[in-house]
Amino acid sequence: MDTPELLDGYGPVTGFDEMYAGSGSAVRPTYEGVAAAFGAMGPDEVRLRADALASSYLDQGVTFGVAGEERPFPLDIVPRLIEAADWEHVETGVRQRVLALEAFLADVYGPGEVFADGVVPRRTVMTSPHFHRVVAGLEPANGVRVHVSGVDLIRDGDGRFRVLEDNVRVPSGVSYVMTNRRALSASLPELFADHRIRPVAQYSQHLLAALRAAAPAGITDPTVVVLTPGVYNSAYFEHTLLARTMGVELVEGRDLVCRGGRVLMRTTNGLEPVHVIYRRIDDDWLDPEQFIAESMLGVPGIINAARNGQVTIANAVGNGVADDKLLYTYLPDLVRYYLSEEPILQNVDTWRLGEPDQREEVLDRLDELVLKPVDGSGGKGIVIGPAATRAELDELRDKILVDPRAWIAQPVISLSTVPTLVENGIRPRHVDLRPFAVNKGDGDVWVLPGGLTRVALPEGELIVNSSRGGGSKDTWVLADPAEPEEDELDVPLVETTGTFTLDPAELQVQEQGRGRADGGDV
Amino acid sequence: MLSRIAESLFWIGRYLERADDTARILDVQTQVLVEDPGMDERTSCEQLLSVMGVEDVEGVPDHRLILRLLAHDPDSHNSIAFAIGGCRESARGARETLSTEIWTAINTTWRGLGSARSMRPPAMFDWVRNRTAMISGIADSTMSRDEGWQFFQLGRSIERVDMTARLLSTAALASGPQVAWPTALRACGAYESFIRAYRGIEADRQAAEFLLLDRWFPRSIVSSLNEAERALNRLERSGRRAGFGDEAQRLLGRARTELEYRPLADIVFDLPVEMERLQRSCAAASESIAARYFAATEAYSWQGGIVL
Repeated sequence: MDTPELLDGYGPVTGFDEMYAGSGSAVRPTYEGVAAAFGAMGPDEVRLRADALASSYLDQGVTFGVAGEERPFPLDIVPRLIEAADWEHVETGVRQRVLALEAFLADVYGPGEVFADGVVPRRTVMTSPHFHRVVAGLEPANGVRVHVSGVDLIRDGDGRFRVLEDNVRVPSGVSYVMTNRRALSASLPELFADHRIRPVAQYSQHLLAALRAAAPAGITDPTVVVLTPGVYNSAYFEHTLLARTMGVELVEGRDLVCRGGRVLMRTTNGLEPVHVIYRRIDDDWLDPEQFIAESMLGVPGIINAARNGQVTIANAVGNGVADDKLLYTYLPDLVRYYLSEEPILQNVDTWRLGEPDQREEVLDRLDELVLKPVDGSGGKGIVIGPAATRAELDELRDKILVDPRAWIAQPVISLSTVPTLVENGIRPRHVDLRPFAVNKGDGDVWVLPGGLTRVALPEGELIVNSSRGGGSKDTWVLADPAEPEEDELDVPLVETTGTFTLDPAELQVQEQGRGRADGGDV
Repeated sequence: MLSRIAESLFWIGRYLERADDTARILDVQTQVLVEDPGMDERTSCEQLLSVMGVEDVEGVPDHRLILRLLAHDPDSHNSIAFAIGGCRESARGARETLSTEIWTAINTTWRGLGSARSMRPPAMFDWVRNRTAMISGIADSTMSRDEGWQFFQLGRSIERVDMTARLLSTAALASGPQVAWPTALRACGAYESFIRAYRGIEADRQAAEFLLLDRWFPRSIVSSLNEAERALNRLERSGRRAGFGDEAQRLLGRARTELEYRPLADIVFDLPVEMERLQRSCAAASESIAARYFAATEAYSWQGGIVL
């Protein structure tokens, strides 16, 4: 019996499809190699490889946690391709955005000129639950507060990239970018041979370089650690991967203590100082002395140590004011204000419900718009107007009237689609893209070529979050044919500033402390 | 290295060894039940359970109960399934220090438990032995000989002493010694080595000597104690001129000399009592290792058998 070709009956395409131009007839040039390879493999072979891919992920324990349960994070077998020119645009746009956000944060926790000049109302920031007065006046060692950021992008109906939101607190997902690449290269070796894809494995080295550069003044060989909430956190897999590929300790709150204004970790040789903490714990849980007193995840006194300049917390505490969905609406103004440039990446049109005339308009059109809570994440609390029932809309209206500042509204955007293997073949599914940027200070912002593409697996679903049954795709940024091959290891693993000597005994202790550094693989 | 990670590695070693040894003991025990007509199922099952530290058993002990409590039931603290689960949980908490290969091997083993439970018992024991041997082998060839390795070795050796002591008690308690000793030897994978070493003379005394005192056979109690002491020595790095500063070193050293420098007849005269004393030494050593190196991390509780 003949199995039908996987791509037969592709559709329906409602917005911009990244593989097919027109109404799903002609393959775009970027994807010609992919289409040919999948055609040559045939449906059975593709299914076989997809199954092998899924089981390799289970064996490696590539999972995320939902309500304490480990679930595999589905990786689709069809890659997503981005042309060099498109990527250039994204990369410069993301870099610009990160620099504007850095300048804004420095201003908010410093002189506050942005308020005095009337660009952003002071109230917008002061009423944010993520504004932390305790870090006002805290100058980070190398001026960086957003060491790692993830800017969520979508492609609109014309295929233009637009920013959906910024993440400058603890953006996650980068580990899947690295594991996806490895797993897919094992599944589709012939496609990798045919394309020049920019590597992603060097992320950890860039991150480590950025963290080392952020060390407190006077520390030449800083001890960097990754702080995790523990094995039950949904991103625990990622924490272990980052610690392992950077060759640093992965600590939990209970492994750290603060003594005399310094942060120390408990080791088999007693307490040892820690200089840079890449924390993967939210602000609220970080320091029970300052925030939620019942937090068992944090380290009492860590904020004081940071204020004393003894330890660097990355990303900085209080960053949440900058990725608030309400502040997002001011971002284009901030780019112009701080950088004197026009924004490269556009926002999605957004209404601020805190402003009376905009609220009027939105309340009239609730059933056509997407309503988002300002401080939500992970797709929580989002109401899609056209898909909501009468009762849901009425409830929403009441909530908005009670606390209008807590909401923004956006038009329903048709996310772009990319071919995805589902039960009945390869079908268009909605995707977004989260590129990751690492800020090393002095304007040096490195953007990981690619980023995490999340795909909504149910047909027509617009929310791509993994907690809503989303999967991911390997994202290939194609190298510019004019550019020379890039060197995967262009960043020294350990940057040493100044000279220092180590006696062999100490070196041994250090090696033991670091454990195994396995150079960027998973 | 972080105390918490050191503790995890120690427990990975212990759980791994426990899964392996439990499978070995059960394998031989179930064979004997089938092959030896003089064996009373109930008594031997009761003895096995008590030696393995299972108390308050409901119902009449038979081979089905044994399989459930010691092999299949992931909630029974003495079972293979529990040990593999514990090993995987510890590994999950120390994932960044383990090589990817070890983690994958442990995780795959844990994921295979479901299908292992539906295997016939001998096939399952075989599978457990193979998987644990594979994990140990990968650890052996991919782990740096750093502190982490020493803790892993330490856990493994202490657990091996403990389990071999339990096995020797089972053998000594068994009604038919002619069957019991070859059984114990086979459970340790020592039968052929023993036959070669003693030129085919099968005697209880020699078998006991071999499993207790042989310096060359890696599963014997003295060998395992030596291994544990070596690991502790490397961790200590004190360079003292006299004596030992570490309580665990003193405990294990004393336990070993107690065995090595006494007439064999003394020891085998009341073997179960001797073995229980040895198990207590192991427990105390484990406690003092925890107090010294893992202090201030939350205590793990070691369930079943002797409570630490």
